[in-house]
Amino acid sequence: MGNHSSQNKGDISRNETGETSKKSFFSFSYRTWDSIFRSSLKISAVFLFLLIGAMIVSLIIFSFPVIKQTGLKILYGTNWDPGNDEFGGLPFIAGTIITSVLALIIAVPFALSVSVFLGEYFRSGPLSTIVNAAIELSAGIPSIIYGAWGLYVLVPIVQKRQASMDGDAIAFGVSILSASILLSIMIIPFAASISREIITMVPQDLKEASYALGSTRYEMIKNVAVPYASSGIFAGLLLAFGRALGETMAVTMVIGNLNEIPKSLFAPGNTIASVIANEFAEASDLHISALTEIGLILFLLTIVIGFLGRMIIVRMSVK
Amino acid sequence: MVEIQKKRIPWNLIKDKLFLSIILVLSFLILVPVIWILGYIFYEGFSYVNWSLLIGDERNGGILNAIVGSLIMVIVATLFAVPVGVLAGIFLSENKQSRFAEIIRVLVDVLQGVPSIVIGIIAYVWIVLPLKSFSAFSGALALSIIMLPVIIKNTEESLKLIPGLLKEAAYSIGAPYHKVIIDIVLPACLSGILTGILVAIARVFGETAPLLFTAFGNPDLQFSLFKPMEALPPLIYKYASSPDTDMIHKAWAASLILAVIVLILNISTRLVIKKLKR
Repeated sequence: MGNHSSQNKGDISRNETGETSKKSFFSFSYRTWDSIFRSSLKISAVFLFLLIGAMIVSLIIFSFPVIKQTGLKILYGTNWDPGNDEFGGLPFIAGTIITSVLALIIAVPFALSVSVFLGEYFRSGPLSTIVNAAIELSAGIPSIIYGAWGLYVLVPIVQKRQASMDGDAIAFGVSILSASILLSIMIIPFAASISREIITMVPQDLKEASYALGSTRYEMIKNVAVPYASSGIFAGLLLAFGRALGETMAVTMVIGNLNEIPKSLFAPGNTIASVIANEFAEASDLHISALTEIGLILFLLTIVIGFLGRMIIVRMSVK
Repeated sequence: MVEIQKKRIPWNLIKDKLFLSIILVLSFLILVPVIWILGYIFYEGFSYVNWSLLIGDERNGGILNAIVGSLIMVIVATLFAVPVGVLAGIFLSENKQSRFAEIIRVLVDVLQGVPSIVIGIIAYVWIVLPLKSFSAFSGALALSIIMLPVIIKNTEESLKLIPGLLKEAAYSIGAPYHKVIIDIVLPACLSGILTGILVAIARVFGETAPLLFTAFGNPDLQFSLFKPMEALPPLIYKYASSPDTDMIHKAWAASLILAVIVLILNISTRLVIKKLKR
């Protein structure tokens, strides 16, 4: 029955278009093609679902051996000694959070002023083209190039500063501070481009109402535009923070790779991503399992941060 | 009365001007690192880019193995990611309300946020461990997973821009679903999809972290997908961290080449967007 009707449909289209060769070439009828197409759409979506599910499951399965042996010590242990099966991940978790928070603190004033600059003062024109080009360029530079530049330019500068501050201590240059500065340079364009979008969304009526009450542009931005856009700006910063958490290469090259909880800004340290980058290729057995486990922790951390950020943005755009 | 007005300092106007100048200064300060970085790699790298670097593999003092390896892995990754990504993007834009599509959308967002080093671990666990060898294939898999969310989102966004009227017109003259999508909708937003693919390629071309323990690196020029393979970013990492000045020079030359490739990809993306807008 179904076959018959599809046969008919094929006949009709052949008569109408006059393409007699078409049907003999594609031996399927239109209806079959249609269902093939529909199911391939669905299959790709299901595939995606399975892919991401399998990613999470395999991370969990792979970190299981070390969880069984040491429990949740990776969250609070401070001693990382793969040779003796000691896997305390606190130095890395601390390093990750300290560098990312510092990077965010450095980035906030720049990201905010760029977004006000592009979203309010100069929406178009040569000045905005220049700043926009800079944002896009710096977003496009691969992180390995940031890392190499950081190692050969930024680290010596930090080292000099440190040496001039206290002459006795050995100045490494590779440190939490170098990593944070480099990270902030990398996340500024990201944070700025999100908050620019949000600041552009502030309704014109609100701004005009504020001007009508006699406020200057600065007062309007301070009292109307930024408060209106605040949650969106916050979300943008959160997403940038998530970026900083997972950034690997640039940090690995300038942080010094020392498996200790950093005691000062100038002390070398390690982040989750950088310790994985450093040790994974040479690791075996339980060590790999432990690295996978802190990878899982990093994964969960970025998921939570990203989720919060996106939820706020979605809520903003609904409003 | 007149005297009071004369004496009053217009603080609000001064603050306004001050604010604007702070904004200007901070905004233009972000130009500094970009110019510094690009200028520095050009200055350090340009004199070391020469033919012997481009046509020899690592054993002969060149970086050809890395350039070819990068190209091979990115092409293979693109071949994996484009069909799945475009189809999934179409699925998402065609099923706006369904619960399943909503879940997929969230998962794509999650995937976009996953640090690339974690994706490297996944490729290691899935491919390198079972095959017991580092391989270009595992590197390409990691890169394709990184590409997927970018392609999906761009496809979905550009399909959303297609007016419903266009599709309805096609349906009304009796076109079946797949014809509407393939012959009407896809050509109309081809440049949008192409942009997504180019952005994804530009992004993975510079990826280092997921390749460190999947493709691993190889001093020889080789084309097999199931052997270790070098790529440009890991090579820069290796060379830049070495104490040997000759290697550091090569690292800058390689950085310059990588930056130029990524820049060209970004510029062509912008050209495609311009064409789309016109």
